[in-house]
Amino acid sequence: MGNRILVAPAPHIHGSLSTQRLMLDVIIALIPALAVSVYVFGWNVLLITAVSIGCCVLFEYLIQLLFVRGKQTVTNLSAVVTGLLLAMNMPANIPLWIVAVGALVAIGVAKMPFGGLGKNPFNLAIVARVFLLIAYPVQMTSFAMPSTEGFVDAYSGATPLAAAKAGLMNFAEYDTLGMFTGNIAGSFGEVATLALLLGFIYLLVRRVITWHIPVTILGTMAIFAAIYGAVSFDTPHLVSNFTLFHLIAGGAVLGAVFMATDYVTSPMTPWGMVIYGIGIGALTMTIRLWGAYPEGMSFAILIMNSVVPLINKYIKPRRFGSKK
Amino acid sequence: MLMFWDKLLMFIDELLANELFVKYSPLMLTVLTLCVIGIVAALILYFVSQKFKVEEDPRIDDVEKMLPGANCGGCGYPGCRGLACALVEQDDISSLYCSVGGADCMKAIAEYLGKAAPIKEPQVATVRCGGTCEKRPRTSTYAGTKSCAIASSVYKGETDCAFGCLGYGDCVEACAFDAIHINPTTGLAEVDADKCTACGACVSACPKGIIELRKKWPKNRAIYVSCVSKDKGPVTMKACKAGCIGCGKCVKVCEFGAITLENNLAFIDSTKCRLCRKCVAECPTGAIKMIGLAPLPPKEKPETKTETK
Amino acid sequence: MKTFPIGGVHPSDNKKWSKTKAIEKMELPDVVTIPLAQHIGAPATAIVAKGDKVKVGQKIAEATGFMSANIHAPISGTVTAVDLQPNGQGLRQMMITIKREDDEWAEGIDLSTDLVKECNLSSSEIIARIKEAGIVGMGGATFPTHVKLSIPEGKSAKILIINGVECEPYLTSDYRTMLERGEQLIVGTRILMKAVSVDKAVIGVENNKPDAVKHLRKLLGKEAKDIVVMPLKTQYPQGGEKQLIAAVTKREVPAPPALPIDVGAVVCNASTAVAVYEAVQKNKPLVERVVTVTGKQVKDTKNLLTRFGTPVSALIEKCGGLPEGDVRVLNGGPMMGRPMSNLTTPVMKGCSGITIISGKEAQRGEPSACIKCAKCVEACPMGLEPYLLAKQAKKKAWEAMEKNDIVSCIECGCCQFTCPANIALLDHVRLGKQTVMGIIRARNMKK
Repeated sequence: MGNRILVAPAPHIHGSLSTQRLMLDVIIALIPALAVSVYVFGWNVLLITAVSIGCCVLFEYLIQLLFVRGKQTVTNLSAVVTGLLLAMNMPANIPLWIVAVGALVAIGVAKMPFGGLGKNPFNLAIVARVFLLIAYPVQMTSFAMPSTEGFVDAYSGATPLAAAKAGLMNFAEYDTLGMFTGNIAGSFGEVATLALLLGFIYLLVRRVITWHIPVTILGTMAIFAAIYGAVSFDTPHLVSNFTLFHLIAGGAVLGAVFMATDYVTSPMTPWGMVIYGIGIGALTMTIRLWGAYPEGMSFAILIMNSVVPLINKYIKPRRFGSKK
Repeated sequence: MLMFWDKLLMFIDELLANELFVKYSPLMLTVLTLCVIGIVAALILYFVSQKFKVEEDPRIDDVEKMLPGANCGGCGYPGCRGLACALVEQDDISSLYCSVGGADCMKAIAEYLGKAAPIKEPQVATVRCGGTCEKRPRTSTYAGTKSCAIASSVYKGETDCAFGCLGYGDCVEACAFDAIHINPTTGLAEVDADKCTACGACVSACPKGIIELRKKWPKNRAIYVSCVSKDKGPVTMKACKAGCIGCGKCVKVCEFGAITLENNLAFIDSTKCRLCRKCVAECPTGAIKMIGLAPLPPKEKPETKTETK
Repeated sequence: MKTFPIGGVHPSDNKKWSKTKAIEKMELPDVVTIPLAQHIGAPATAIVAKGDKVKVGQKIAEATGFMSANIHAPISGTVTAVDLQPNGQGLRQMMITIKREDDEWAEGIDLSTDLVKECNLSSSEIIARIKEAGIVGMGGATFPTHVKLSIPEGKSAKILIINGVECEPYLTSDYRTMLERGEQLIVGTRILMKAVSVDKAVIGVENNKPDAVKHLRKLLGKEAKDIVVMPLKTQYPQGGEKQLIAAVTKREVPAPPALPIDVGAVVCNASTAVAVYEAVQKNKPLVERVVTVTGKQVKDTKNLLTRFGTPVSALIEKCGGLPEGDVRVLNGGPMMGRPMSNLTTPVMKGCSGITIISGKEAQRGEPSACIKCAKCVEACPMGLEPYLLAKQAKKKAWEAMEKNDIVSCIECGCCQFTCPANIALLDHVRLGKQTVMGIIRARNMKK
């Protein structure tokens, strides 16, 4: 009998979850939104995505190989997710070299120096996006207008949020249904709210994330917008339009569902997640309504990322047997 | 007093009206503001430090400087400062000892404090297990977290000896002086006697209680029973070829009464042992280890047959 | 469907491997070794010596103090040794070795299969008989049953819960017992109700055993109002004592040192209830139990009625032997079973199953970095933060662990089961719990 008796403490079986599988689920959840972007902005979108993912994976591989050493970690797909999310935060007509710079910032500055996956305090894709926004403001805010022919127009337009901020257009003029399905200018991942929500449902069904963060972020934003609207406008129709506009415009859904829920940089407990979500929602609306930038989601997430260690320290889950 | 304030205000007025000041006013204002903030902050700091001043014996700082500063905790106090406080506060310091600094360090401190120096013979950590991979066959494979504490809470270990070194290196992790390592060929922990400071961190880290602080002889010489198995002879023999089987031969041969036999296990008291080497020649399993010494010239060939109790 | 309030996981139960196998009698072994420590508390004291003749059911070791249990001879024959023998973990314990001669039972034990329903004993008489029979919790915790039933002064039980959940994957011994010995289980339950003076009992059964629920309900009949069979959601660890109480009564046992009785509940395992029936009605001490031998590659899985002291290796041989290659042999199920390195070790009172994990599953997955996914926090049925506790245990931050309620941990393994990064959370958490409990004990001793 060729037996070898192994001894290890319980439990002796393991569930089907793995880091790789979770990352794969996030990628799958992003595919509908990517598909809509390709439909709306053309094939260029795929090229940007490919470059972004390729650069992220390559940089992680090289840094691991040259500086960190030890076991290669690229196979856990986290770099692919970062690359994908980074790409979705770009305008569809961004020069490819900027995408590469973004990938370098995400992996080489925000991730690996902190010790790789699981150690970074800030959301990688957002650090990169904010860096690019400040370093290359012109390229990062020249948004391609949707083109029905499948090619990117040379004409670039402002996002609905920027237009509303500049007073160029009244939000009421916007076609909310069109915004919902992706027929607006913007970073290519953020335009297709419907497809993003589809991804959200997939993540919930697969139990990759819980509802807490996305729902509290969007809920807080809605309440915030409704109150602001109620003070500023007369008719209920305008108030509801204003609220809806803020939920759909810009990166609200992309940020709430895919960026803020990043495991590494979000709190560990349900109540922590609720606080984190409320914080992001409130900060986003504050920046949108009174700040210098038309979109505040990225900054809000970064600010709340920095609070996460504190939240984890003080917000504990309800212990079994303690008062409900 | 009033005069002073009047003069000061006048000076400020003049200053503000000064042509140069007006020209560089943004710069000057900045400089002035910072100066004022600095002065105010300094005043606050000064009063706070006066109010909350902690009276402390200045000798504590000096003693702390004289200690090695390894903060290993081997003395039983939280770091070197803890020991320094104790040394200064207690009149009788004979129970306090820093094994890292050693006798010289303690002597210097005692002299400085005007107290009697605690005397302790130099010691060295000794790993009392000789069950190498070769002598102690593996009968199962441990697949859990590689930690002696965890493994020993799960079961006896990979070999049939429930007392021996597990080799996952809890002692290595505990050592602040890089003095203990796991030898990959034997699978056992080994102490680098020159680096060892006898702080005792490994002794408390070892869940099997294998490591002992023993008297340190010159040139790192040592004789000790390299086994802690309390199993009966036959059981020990089956599990490990290098184990102490409790035959008691060494006890009989020792002229200094240094060896005791308890629970099927011989123990050499390092304070009584004179390194005469007689027991080494007597031991049938080679469980008594000798370091830095030449074996006694063989009087006769020792019997190869092992005796069991 | 009722369930416990926090956490939990859903491992595949794989009870199909052995659930259809009727309870089979294991052959009597020629030699048995009976450990004196088969229960929580002080080991029993041997009252036989080498050379003594013993009959089946004869007391061979006496409980040492209150928190201990009697031990009876599982076979008849001659005592050949009372000495140290290696247990399943290879550590030496006092054991009584008996060489078998025939199968002669001690006098006064009713071996007939007739069902005796009447029981006119008082509560204290019942508890005395249970104590005499050496009954301990047979779900695996081996808590002496008479201690559990002796309600401390000033407290009172309101409900008796019979734990027929068997949430541990793979195992089917309680399930087969409920199906085949349902009548005895019900009489045993009524006896236990009398012992703790309650008029209500709930038999909790996990919903993956609908036929057990149906069978017990049929046996109880429609008019029985005192005992309710309650199906519970299939979710691990539904059978954890605190989880079961919360699922059935919606009351949560507070953190240790609080006990189930503090919320008025007494929980007994289903197999224990059958053993109680035999002890009280038939005067039969605890000498055997049903052991499931199971595993993916076990050729012939079985539910074996086994006398204590039978070597584990004999059971494995009967079921087709160990599979080739790497194996983990467990005393218990795959979630909480204790790994064994020595297979000559005997079956004991708390051994509900022998699980064999083989092949690739026997190896642990390669751990990777924690991605702070919070799955462990979500899975913990006690509302703890396993990621944090494991981190603190690695740093030996015992005080911090105590502040984070480590003593509440029930070591169910949900955290490690679910961890996508394959981190051995429970290894560290368990070590931390043991250390912190030691520190607390030392502190209480000082007071």
